[in-house]
Amino acid sequence: MLQVEDLNTFYGKAQILFDMRLAVKRGEIVVLLGRNGAGKTTTFKSIMGIVRPQSGKIMFKGRPIQTLPPYKTCALGLGYVPEDRRIFSGLSILENLEVGKQPPRAGLEPWTPARLFELFPNLGERPHQRGGTLSGGEQQMLTIARTLMGNPEMIILDEPSEGLAPVIVAQLARTILRLKQEGVSILLAEQNLNFANYVGDRVYIVYHGSICYESAIAELSAEAYEKYCALQIGGG
Amino acid sequence: MDRTLGFYIVQFLTGLADASALFLVACGLSLIFGVSRIVNLAHGSFYMVGAYVAYYLIGFFSEGGCAFWAGIVLAAVVVGLIGVGIEVLLLRRLYGAPELFMLFATFGVVLIMQDLSRWLFGAEDLLGPRAPGLAGSVNIRGTLLPQYDLALILIAPLILGVLWLLLNRTRWGILVRAATEDREMSDALGVNQTRLFTSVFFLGSFLAGLGGAIQLPKGGANLLMDLNTIAEAFVVVVVGGMGSIPGAYLAAVIIGELGSFGVLVFPESTLVLMFLVMAVVLVIRPHGLLGQAGAGAHVAFRAAEAVLQPASKKLKLLGLACLVLILVMPVLVGTFQLVLLTEIALFALASMSLYFMMGPGGMVSFGHAAFFGGGAYAAALLVHYLQTPMELAVLLAPLLVGLLALIIGWFCVRLSGVYMAMLTLAFAQICWSIVFQWGEVTGGDDGLLSIWPSQWASDKIVFYYLTMILSIGGILVLRYFIFTPFGYTMRACRDSALRVDSIGINLARHQCLAFAVAGVFAGLAGGLYVFSKGSVFPDEMAIPRSFDFLFMVLLGGVETLFGPIAGAAAFTWLHDQISRTDFWQLILGCIFVLLVVAFPQGIVGSINVRWGRFFANQNH
Repeated sequence: MLQVEDLNTFYGKAQILFDMRLAVKRGEIVVLLGRNGAGKTTTFKSIMGIVRPQSGKIMFKGRPIQTLPPYKTCALGLGYVPEDRRIFSGLSILENLEVGKQPPRAGLEPWTPARLFELFPNLGERPHQRGGTLSGGEQQMLTIARTLMGNPEMIILDEPSEGLAPVIVAQLARTILRLKQEGVSILLAEQNLNFANYVGDRVYIVYHGSICYESAIAELSAEAYEKYCALQIGGG
Repeated sequence: MDRTLGFYIVQFLTGLADASALFLVACGLSLIFGVSRIVNLAHGSFYMVGAYVAYYLIGFFSEGGCAFWAGIVLAAVVVGLIGVGIEVLLLRRLYGAPELFMLFATFGVVLIMQDLSRWLFGAEDLLGPRAPGLAGSVNIRGTLLPQYDLALILIAPLILGVLWLLLNRTRWGILVRAATEDREMSDALGVNQTRLFTSVFFLGSFLAGLGGAIQLPKGGANLLMDLNTIAEAFVVVVVGGMGSIPGAYLAAVIIGELGSFGVLVFPESTLVLMFLVMAVVLVIRPHGLLGQAGAGAHVAFRAAEAVLQPASKKLKLLGLACLVLILVMPVLVGTFQLVLLTEIALFALASMSLYFMMGPGGMVSFGHAAFFGGGAYAAALLVHYLQTPMELAVLLAPLLVGLLALIIGWFCVRLSGVYMAMLTLAFAQICWSIVFQWGEVTGGDDGLLSIWPSQWASDKIVFYYLTMILSIGGILVLRYFIFTPFGYTMRACRDSALRVDSIGINLARHQCLAFAVAGVFAGLAGGLYVFSKGSVFPDEMAIPRSFDFLFMVLLGGVETLFGPIAGAAAFTWLHDQISRTDFWQLILGCIFVLLVVAFPQGIVGSINVRWGRFFANQNH
């Protein structure tokens, strides 16, 4: 579905990604683990075309997309849910969904506000409420729903569980598995190991801008996690 | 004149009618800014062209009720398409560039359209045709109101309603509002931003053109409409609140009524009243009547990114070489070139003072001519009315301008980014209008003449040396300020207002002080300038002069201290070369546009990129 090869991305003169590579197969949930600043978000922004990588290759459904602007990447069926949610705060829930709306895609049942409100009942209760007045959990639901309105075949989720109450995180995990059943492939950045274990199929660990470890989620080694992800105090 | 109730009603309705065209321009400006973050200075030009095009279209269609309205709508469409052309051919190339450069490109467009209009439509003011069926007047309790005013009064709320529906009830409107909040996100959600920008540009330009066209029967068409309108539209946007369409209407009505009733109280300068209202609004609601905090304010002009370094040894040597060259110049060149060099030195000082605000201060001013021209007028008035000797006038002028800058600064530092820049432009326009309209004191359009230096300095060579000493001294003092704790604080204020606040620095006071310092040195330059020329005219305070200074700074590049000097030299020389040709504004506009497209870092900035390492400190 998605292949990233030898991606190098810079912010000004600072190199963030070093030969980043990863792959997501159709119908799979792949988790990117890593500390803050490891390069997860930059990887996602490079894939979407929000940040232009200096070199490397990104293939989506067999097509190179590394030079496409974000809106074209999106039109190909790759949806993006950013870390900070980025709800249009002055727009109502329904209007937020309208912005994400794209034409239906062959082979997928198109998402409509009505279908999404089944998935996220909280949103359906007050469809005309302004996005800026929603709670953090509701905003997270809305940002996912908004991306789904583009009928993506694959979505990229950047730390969806961050800052949410445990009960909301559990609900979110169920939603993600439900999307997998619908046939949506998912690439997900996480720092919450339990969440990753619950939803993921495979895992990559990002460290200093490149992949340093990869395995099936069930086989994730404790040492690798300790070494590259866990918070270390006093050198490391 | 008998002031009955009817008179006041008519006066009120006239104000409402005046508000209509202003509202259309201002909301177009606001829409374009919201989505594309472009402060489109050419918006006033669109308004002007709308009036001219409507004039010719209506004439072309000949008589008939349909012809008039068809001409007006068609003129608006034509202007909309001109806007699209400018967006597609020029602005689209610049979306990655800093906001200031885009602004400059639009100012280039202003100059180009000004000269093209003069060429196409002639310099004569045109009287608009009467609207068929609305040529008569209505009698309101004994006072007559043109019927067309009633039509104007109805048009604005109608457009307001249509825009509201468009923005809130259509997919296009939702996408526009989404892009106004977060372009990048709506791009990632599959919305083609380029196409959206173009459509918004069409609508905004269409509205400006429509504004110009509908006021034709009332105000006609003339070549001064562009800059007058843009200044008023800025005031409307600032008073109403950036991005708020109802706010723009409310503000336009306030400004319209002010003009209408202000004439009764204060016939000389209605703009002063406009300023008072704006000042009151900004003190009470810094983001405008219906604006939301944050909208537009976060669009700071990123002027200087690189950290300023004190001059290296090699750079100091270069400076010394320049000094020697300046010293021996009178031996090498004739009087004419010497006068030009004097002018360059004064402009260099003025643009350095602007750089002082913009670069380290992070406060972009669109109204620096108020300080420069203020200095010139202060000196000229002192000489004219009090026979002050030159020495005293040159000393007092900067102090008076410093005071003016302190007052203007006091208001401006309440805002940031684009808002602040617009406010400086509005203030400068007010200063200009005072000088322009208050003929008995300032000589109005005829200016003040015979302001010559003292006997000892009347020789061109002596005056040259005097100018050089004071300008270079001024530039060095400004430079010195940048590397004092005050300068560091200024830069800190620019980089993070919040952090500066939280470590106990009074942000507003520092910025206000920076305004005053910049004002003092611009005033010094202006004060000397008037003696070098022997006269002063309102042009020294007008918007184009402000943009000359901005252009000098940008031409030189905002990342270096040498930039403003090089920019002043290059610009003054260039201006001298082309100002004798007939359509020099056209040429200048084209140069602006080309330079912005070709060198987004300015002259010295580009040199810096290429040879910067040569001049850098070795241990760096």
